Amino acid sequence: MRSTVPLLVKLLAIAGFGIIYIPVMMMMIYSFNRGKLVSVWAGFSTKWYKELWYDDVLLTALYKSLLIGFSSATISTIFGLLIAIAFVRFAHFRGRLFLSLVASAPLVMPEAVTGLSMLLLFIAMEASFGWPSGRGVDTIMIAHATFGMCFAAVVIQTRLRDMDKSLEEAARDLGGRQPFVFLSIILPLILPSIIAAWLLSFTLSFDDLVIASFVSGPGSSTLPIVIFSKIRLGVSPEINAIATLMILTISALVMIGSFLVLRRDGKK
Amino acid sequence: MTPFIRIQNISKKFGKLLAVDDVSFNLERGELFSLLGPSGCGKTTLLRMLAGFEKPSEGYIEIDGQDMANVDPADRPVNIMFQSYALFPHMSVSNNIAYGLKRASLPSDEIKARVEELLRLVHLSGMGARKPSTLSGGQRQRVALARALARRPKLLLLDEPLAALDKKLRSETQFELVNIQEQLGTTFIVVTHDQEEAMTLSTRIGVMDDGKLVQTATPNEIYERPETRFVADFVGDISFLEATVIQRAGKYWLMEAATLIHATGSSTLTSGMKVSLAIRPEKITLTSQPTGQLNEFPVEIEDWAFYGAGTQYKVIGPDGIKLKVYQSHNQPSQANSRQLETGFVHFSPDATLILEG
Amino acid sequence: MHSFLQKFGRLLVIWLPLGWLGIFFMLPLVEMVNVSLSEARRAVPPYNPAFQIGKDGISFQPVVDNYLLIYEYWEDYLWPAVNSVRLAFFSTLYCLLFAYPMAWWIARSNKSLQHILLVLILMPFWTSSLLRMYALIGLLNPNGVINDFLIWAGITVTPIQMMQTDFSIYSGMILTYLPLMILPLYASLVRLDNSVLEAAADLGAKNWDIFRTIILPLSMPGVIAGCLLVFIPAVGEFVIPALLGGPEQLMLGKVIWTEFFRNRDWPVAAAIAIILIAIIILPIVYARYQDKESIS
Repeated sequence: MRSTVPLLVKLLAIAGFGIIYIPVMMMMIYSFNRGKLVSVWAGFSTKWYKELWYDDVLLTALYKSLLIGFSSATISTIFGLLIAIAFVRFAHFRGRLFLSLVASAPLVMPEAVTGLSMLLLFIAMEASFGWPSGRGVDTIMIAHATFGMCFAAVVIQTRLRDMDKSLEEAARDLGGRQPFVFLSIILPLILPSIIAAWLLSFTLSFDDLVIASFVSGPGSSTLPIVIFSKIRLGVSPEINAIATLMILTISALVMIGSFLVLRRDGKK
Repeated sequence: MTPFIRIQNISKKFGKLLAVDDVSFNLERGELFSLLGPSGCGKTTLLRMLAGFEKPSEGYIEIDGQDMANVDPADRPVNIMFQSYALFPHMSVSNNIAYGLKRASLPSDEIKARVEELLRLVHLSGMGARKPSTLSGGQRQRVALARALARRPKLLLLDEPLAALDKKLRSETQFELVNIQEQLGTTFIVVTHDQEEAMTLSTRIGVMDDGKLVQTATPNEIYERPETRFVADFVGDISFLEATVIQRAGKYWLMEAATLIHATGSSTLTSGMKVSLAIRPEKITLTSQPTGQLNEFPVEIEDWAFYGAGTQYKVIGPDGIKLKVYQSHNQPSQANSRQLETGFVHFSPDATLILEG
Repeated sequence: MHSFLQKFGRLLVIWLPLGWLGIFFMLPLVEMVNVSLSEARRAVPPYNPAFQIGKDGISFQPVVDNYLLIYEYWEDYLWPAVNSVRLAFFSTLYCLLFAYPMAWWIARSNKSLQHILLVLILMPFWTSSLLRMYALIGLLNPNGVINDFLIWAGITVTPIQMMQTDFSIYSGMILTYLPLMILPLYASLVRLDNSVLEAAADLGAKNWDIFRTIILPLSMPGVIAGCLLVFIPAVGEFVIPALLGGPEQLMLGKVIWTEFFRNRDWPVAAAIAIILIAIIILPIVYARYQDKESIS
């Protein structure tokens, strides 16, 4: 494929990449700004990062976010795997249409709608059977797991579908039976996509603002909620610092995830 | 008179790789020329340079007096039929064929008439509304051909046109292709790795190896008088013997190759010289008893393969000489050699070739 | 052939996620319809559910006050709805404008470069949209980086108002949704056989012709998929109008938030959410239909 790409196309493409990256780059640079005014460069300093360390509210929120992220990502991955298996390996089953609707709708549903509706459900459930009592880490976790599993399913499904079936057929030819074949042959083969799905669900949970805002309760503020209220008060280098840290961490996770998914057979 | 197509000293370098190495040849109008060679020999690169998709690193291409340097593929009087056919999947057969005509801004009724004409030419009348995905491989190939002929190019390039077809279809299509070419009088260049195809189709063949044009001649000359070991081996089957020249013997030369051989040679041979002798399998005769002819010696029959019209034998002669012998089945004088384990071979000195390289 | 364990396992695989999603995704939507038909009151929660299973049994007292309210103050609600569609529509267009060349460039690159570029595209997507919008604020503010530069370079004297404009919304949308537009475009462009493009050139087509007659039609499925993938969530966006938009850029996501958190009028918020769903239901159905087509 050595066809030339016209110059106009190249320029627009570079502009596109620029749009995506420049704002974030600038924000990260200014997190090292000594001065308080975000746009006036007053010298290099890491003092805002140090200040983060003493911000209890932020640290508690970070802990909550990590906790919720880990637990919801794990649930998402397990359920996402189940959904993927159902779609790829079972030809027909009752409820297939319903499952496909209900597993793809959360991908496009506006967050405000999912957040509000889930909160209303939690309230109704509390009124009817007493659980969940109040909103907190557990409700956020359930909410995140719910949309997370849909994303996880998509990631795992592609891999499961494209998997080389002849390995599984060889195992069965040699006498292997389900679910043993699944656990010993298929699972290891799709492991990279499972890990990628977990990382994806984690980042989605960790970054979520809207849904968490609706279903959280007192004392269960996540990191994005805290950051949002800080942003409401105005731009500050401290926010730049926490933002930079979050972005770098997430990017590292995404790179690992993508590397794992793309590396295995060299083809996506 | 200047040749219709002039290709002079064409070379193409990709980084350090010299894909096409100083190739020159000319074509007359109406020739069906084949570029024959193994994969990687540069024939496809040469084709792409003729079409305008690659720029030659060196050299000169002229078509009907027009220098093709810096001329876009879209503006050349050349059209190409791709190996994969490259039909536009979202357009009907008619629209595929009409595509080049629309780009030439011809009036629509003229386009319509021409498309009909072309459909008839390739025996696809009535299929105009079909989409490529609903056609068979052979039908798609004909659409690709019709599309490439639509603009009446001065030169038509065909990249392995028959490669994707099954054997029976291939032989039928070979004849059709030649018919169409003779009918239209268009100059064709066919790129192929199939020497049978090249021999059947072409008025002339250019054999390529490793970027170089090794021999250009009619199919008959290429087969009977290959100039190098590579050409002899690539086109048709052949057996090689290493021999040492002894002396002249009448109109032939006497050579030593485990046994005495009379062979044809030129006056450039000298006593003691080492040469490669080559003989085509059908020129060797296999018998159960010695016949007393020149160049006869005993052999062991190692293996044989049945080919329908004949049988090919692998035999081993004195000192491990390996020969391929082809025996057609309609020669009752020959023994049914498949039952034999040993036999005798002989061949005429006129059938020998001396090759280097 | 299928043992009991296999049958049971199969049922488990299907019904575990089905059950979860049924309870935690479908049921909330049903409850939201319920609340949208409920009466607001000063209590916790601030409404009396239309349908409830309480100590005295089941009761159903739907009330259409919320929808009537929306209808009455339709300017306050219809306008943001139309605005949401307008902003989402043009955001989709602008995303397409930038995404197409990018997807083309990536699809035309060699394999290893493709991988790198795709990762580069995906990365920002998974970082919080909240943080990326925050970064954009730093750029577009009256005392932000861009204005500082413009003033320093002498191009303007007073800062240009870039925040709280349609421009800031579009910038935010592009920044957020560009990767979503690029991926399906890339997927369909990468399938384009190079020899088809060469055939078109050989038959006399110039670059623009090739794009118009070959590339665009063949990439249409990707274009449609990308547009739907951007438009549908964009209509209900909250963070972008909240951080970057002003009163002129009011969108439904923000209206829901405001009704809920500020006015504490949960039933109306629910009703607006239902309306939002109604707006995007058609594109969603169309997207599903397209999906089925492409799979078959």
